[in-house]
Amino acid sequence: MSIIEGKVWKYGDNINTDIISPAIYMERSVAEAAKYTMSPIDETFGTEYKPGDIFVAERNLGSGSSRETAPLVLKELGVKTIVAKSYARIFYRNCINVGILTIECAETDKIHKDDVISIDYEKGIIINKTRGEQYAAQPIPPHIAKLVNLGGLIPYLENWQKEHADK
Amino acid sequence: MGMTMSEKILAHAAGLAQVEAGQIVMAKVDKAMMDDLLGPRVEIAEQMERMGAKIWDANKVVIISDHYTPPANAAQADIVKFTREWAKEKGIENYYEYIGPCHQIMIEKGHALPGEVIVGTDSHSCSYGAVGSFATGIGSTEMLGVLMMGEIWLKVPETIRVEWSGKLNAGVMAKDISLRTIKQIGHAGATYQTVEYVGSGISALPMDERICIANMAVEMGAKAGLMEYDEETAAYLRSIGVEKEFTRISSDPDAKYSSVLQFDASTLVPQIACPHEVDNVFDVTDVKSKIDQAYVGSCTGGRYTDLKMAAQILKGHKVASGVRLLVSPASSAVYERCLREGILGDLAAAGAIILPATCGACLGLHSGTIGEGEVCISSTNRNFIGRMGSKKSFVYLGSPAAAAASAITGQITDPREFL
Repeated sequence: MSIIEGKVWKYGDNINTDIISPAIYMERSVAEAAKYTMSPIDETFGTEYKPGDIFVAERNLGSGSSRETAPLVLKELGVKTIVAKSYARIFYRNCINVGILTIECAETDKIHKDDVISIDYEKGIIINKTRGEQYAAQPIPPHIAKLVNLGGLIPYLENWQKEHADK
Repeated sequence: MGMTMSEKILAHAAGLAQVEAGQIVMAKVDKAMMDDLLGPRVEIAEQMERMGAKIWDANKVVIISDHYTPPANAAQADIVKFTREWAKEKGIENYYEYIGPCHQIMIEKGHALPGEVIVGTDSHSCSYGAVGSFATGIGSTEMLGVLMMGEIWLKVPETIRVEWSGKLNAGVMAKDISLRTIKQIGHAGATYQTVEYVGSGISALPMDERICIANMAVEMGAKAGLMEYDEETAAYLRSIGVEKEFTRISSDPDAKYSSVLQFDASTLVPQIACPHEVDNVFDVTDVKSKIDQAYVGSCTGGRYTDLKMAAQILKGHKVASGVRLLVSPASSAVYERCLREGILGDLAAAGAIILPATCGACLGLHSGTIGEGEVCISSTNRNFIGRMGSKKSFVYLGSPAAAAASAITGQITDPREFL
């Protein structure tokens, strides 16, 4: 199944991990901290996000801190797919590792809050059903697709552990 | 085809004669560093237990509790306790706590060495590039993989070569070199790349100033910030008890760069990054704002040279009424040296409040968080919205000299006025 459809939560450039996961809440459990996801710029996200909604941003998403709590609070709320023009390196890897699909699309400025979009990530096509538009998305590199298809790094490590447990 | 420093280090770590930018390699990890904030307690301990997995080599693991020390509440204390007990249970002898931000400790205790591949759960792990380590920040699950396998997949980065010639003028510091470079490259301009800092402007700097520059490579999105091993590196390593000589690793003359940038340190003036992005940088003379707090500290701007410069600026002056100046040395060793040399006394005499060595206020956890509408000039590395406290507060990044000068006047101030 390579089609994902959902309602959009839309943000701009440079949404850093201090915004996604403010440090002050990191001493709490992920479930508790998740209520404050994005709170420095949007107090509704942590309480009104519905699983299946799609998180869309523009350039340099996830810059700053390496905190994995950023993808973890997003995952806790039910985020499975993110679309952005570009990502900061550590955040991108963290998303893949915890099993969040990160899609690159150069035209996310045309996508708005509450639009309904449909993503065919194998073909690299995003259809904006609200606006009747179509955008191109970058195909996922093979070494990353391998991890995504497994469900993140943990299933990969489980396999590794089984192979190496007796050695 | 010549190789860059990054390509040489990663080729060695991957057991290959030659690699080039863009290639994906499995690199052997020399050191794995975890902190209290994002170390064992995030996924790592639980998943390791569940899988029955073991650490590949406990001698190559370093754990440092620094973000939540000294703890501000019971939740933070429990995290530090958990981290300490986990380190003990796993036989990790390189465990430190309460003695300062992890990056300073990694370098000061000789855990970061030239030519090594180092990963850390904190994004400023790129600091170790100052001693010639290829070092980068990773997430907690990624660290779990490293702890089990002892290796990590890395895309060999392209390199931006940044050449700083000339000598800094009085009152201008490494932090200004760092901010000026970030202004040019932009906060995402080095994403996935290494920023290689070379030239007479860099080699003239003492190690503790070099660390400030490598530290902020990630603020351009970089994977690593690298400097060449030279006489200063060798002298520094000897001073901390590392006797071994290392091969000088530098980029080949025909190495391929994504770009080469040139700057002149002799014409540089103090720089300030205005809220709320690190690349929102201006000459100090163009920035006007009142301040409520000045902060000198962290893995970016709390080392010996930093505190010494702040004390020099403040000597014979007082912190302005209604303003507080907080000073947190980057480690207990920095604290002790500054105490011994009278630097802490001079700072205290001017009205500074001396804090323990901690990450605390830099990311708004404790020991100096700021409230709604408050403005802080800080020698730290990030000025993101809400970074040091209230989401309605404002952080300006500058050198320790600029922070000290601003503390005297209560406004963002050019430190050269006090020299």
